[in-house]
Amino acid sequence: MTTGVAGPGVAEAGDAAVVAPSAAALTPTARRTRALPAPVRALRPVALGLAALVLLAALWELVKAVVPEDGWSVGELRVLPRTTDLAMPHVSEMLARLGEPLTSRPGADPLWLAVLRAGGTSLRIAAVSWVIGVVVGLGLALLMTRFRVARSAVLPLVVLSQTVPLIALAPLVKGWGSKLELGFTWEPWMSVAVIASYLAFFPVAVGALRGLTSPDTLHRELFAGYAASWSQELVRLRLPASVPHLLPALRLAATSAVLGVVVAEVSTGMPGGIGRMILEFANFASSDPAKPWAPIFGAVLLGLVASGAVALLGTALRRFRRAEVPA
Amino acid sequence: MTAPTAAGAAPGAAPAATTTTAAAVQVAGVGRVFPGEGGRSVTALEHVDLTVGAGEFVSLIGPSGCGKSTLLRLVADLDSPTSGSIAVFGRPAREARLGHDYGIAFQQAGLLPWRTVRANIELPLSLHGVGRAARRERADEMLALVGLADFADHFPDQLSGGMQQRVAIARALAERPSLLLMDEPFGALDEMTRERLQSELVRICAETRAAVVFVTHSIPEAVFLSDRVVVMSARPGRIAGIVDVRLGRSGERGDDLREDAAYFEAVTAVREALHGGAEGVPSRGVETR
Repeated sequence: MTTGVAGPGVAEAGDAAVVAPSAAALTPTARRTRALPAPVRALRPVALGLAALVLLAALWELVKAVVPEDGWSVGELRVLPRTTDLAMPHVSEMLARLGEPLTSRPGADPLWLAVLRAGGTSLRIAAVSWVIGVVVGLGLALLMTRFRVARSAVLPLVVLSQTVPLIALAPLVKGWGSKLELGFTWEPWMSVAVIASYLAFFPVAVGALRGLTSPDTLHRELFAGYAASWSQELVRLRLPASVPHLLPALRLAATSAVLGVVVAEVSTGMPGGIGRMILEFANFASSDPAKPWAPIFGAVLLGLVASGAVALLGTALRRFRRAEVPA
Repeated sequence: MTAPTAAGAAPGAAPAATTTTAAAVQVAGVGRVFPGEGGRSVTALEHVDLTVGAGEFVSLIGPSGCGKSTLLRLVADLDSPTSGSIAVFGRPAREARLGHDYGIAFQQAGLLPWRTVRANIELPLSLHGVGRAARRERADEMLALVGLADFADHFPDQLSGGMQQRVAIARALAERPSLLLMDEPFGALDEMTRERLQSELVRICAETRAAVVFVTHSIPEAVFLSDRVVVMSARPGRIAGIVDVRLGRSGERGDDLREDAAYFEAVTAVREALHGGAEGVPSRGVETR
């Protein structure tokens, strides 16, 4: 390349020479990426997530700008929604609304604070229902692992249980709870936690069953050769081996718990949580169109926090996930 | 062992191996039939008699389906015979398993991926209630024995296949068993690693004086390692012949043995026995049926 004159015959060699330096130039770049300090590397997924959010907001505004106010219809069928400020408020409006007071009453909290407070209430209940779900799910999985009979008897019921809609359960659980004599008063939030745990236990039961039965014949025979007891095999082999299967199940259970709490709050009419807030704020759709979006953002945030917390659990159990890498 | 002494050892047992204690393994008239679909059962083993003396290295060799692995599993009490009896150091196989009389290694190393090399070696010890300090000490000995002292804190996925298999052998030896059961432990390794591990196994056996039952489908491997090679035939699985090798006590067996005339003779003998030509086989304890 540095030689000025190049006949047609040399052109190919010249091209190859062009490739070589550019590849050499790439290598230091790659090295620089690898040399990034650990905290910066850890923030990469967060940055990507934020970029996705910005992209989503941009898409929202694009639809608002391009699609006509009355939506877009094919014949009688409307295939894209209305884009009026009532139906699709500007992103900036929704964000600005979060900073404004909840109501016009003097001294009212800002909307974001109210949403966070409701979110906190729901998150606490979701945490309780997650714990119930994990305990029940793990218990069922252990039972099904220990006794083959239990597996053929219980597993279909577990699957069947998920076909009963949550809303149908809500009044039942509420009714039973109020009739229970437990030595303490049955609070409405307890009903919500129980109903939500009904959704949360399922992935745990299925994931844990898969995990606990994942050790191969080789390892089971090894433990048989050591004359290990069932509990030894459980603690030293089955539980550690189940972690890679269990973690996604726990994460799914966390988001299910949040979803379950929101739905259960609505269907039992429990005040104070994000579910009830969604219901209440829906009434402002025409007078204050940005307001109903606030608790929806809150619910999304709840899901993120819940699954993030489980992801942290996953990093704590990192050593047991070595199984994911084939040896 | 308190069991009646030399009486337990059959005539076919090795005189060279010390037989003052009960035989390591005594297989008498053992058969194993696997029930198949529609009443068509499969006879994996039939009329198998075999005695492995204490400290003796015996290989089981034969075509696939000859039941050599089944026989090993029966000795390990991972499966039960449909007929006949198996004694390990004078007691039933089940008692021997519950009494942790043997160490076992399979074709796959079968290390627990979430445990370090050291913790993998300590696994049988911790299962059997050995204290932390004693476990650690024993693991250090074992790590030195298999030459992996520098890798104690590595995880299995950081090791090569050969190293993993060495950890598996160390784990099998951790409880100082007098009997080591090995089911094609080097079957998945490349030839070079294989030969190195074979030499290492010979040395380890000399040091630990454990009896070994070694399943393989490699004739050179069987000949190099063994005091006796048990040749099996398939359908139904039975012992076709036993070739005495005894190429010298384990301590003096080096790699030059692989080029020794006696080694090639033994290889030929085993090969002939495998192909049904019983003539020319050194005839000790050979069944020709």
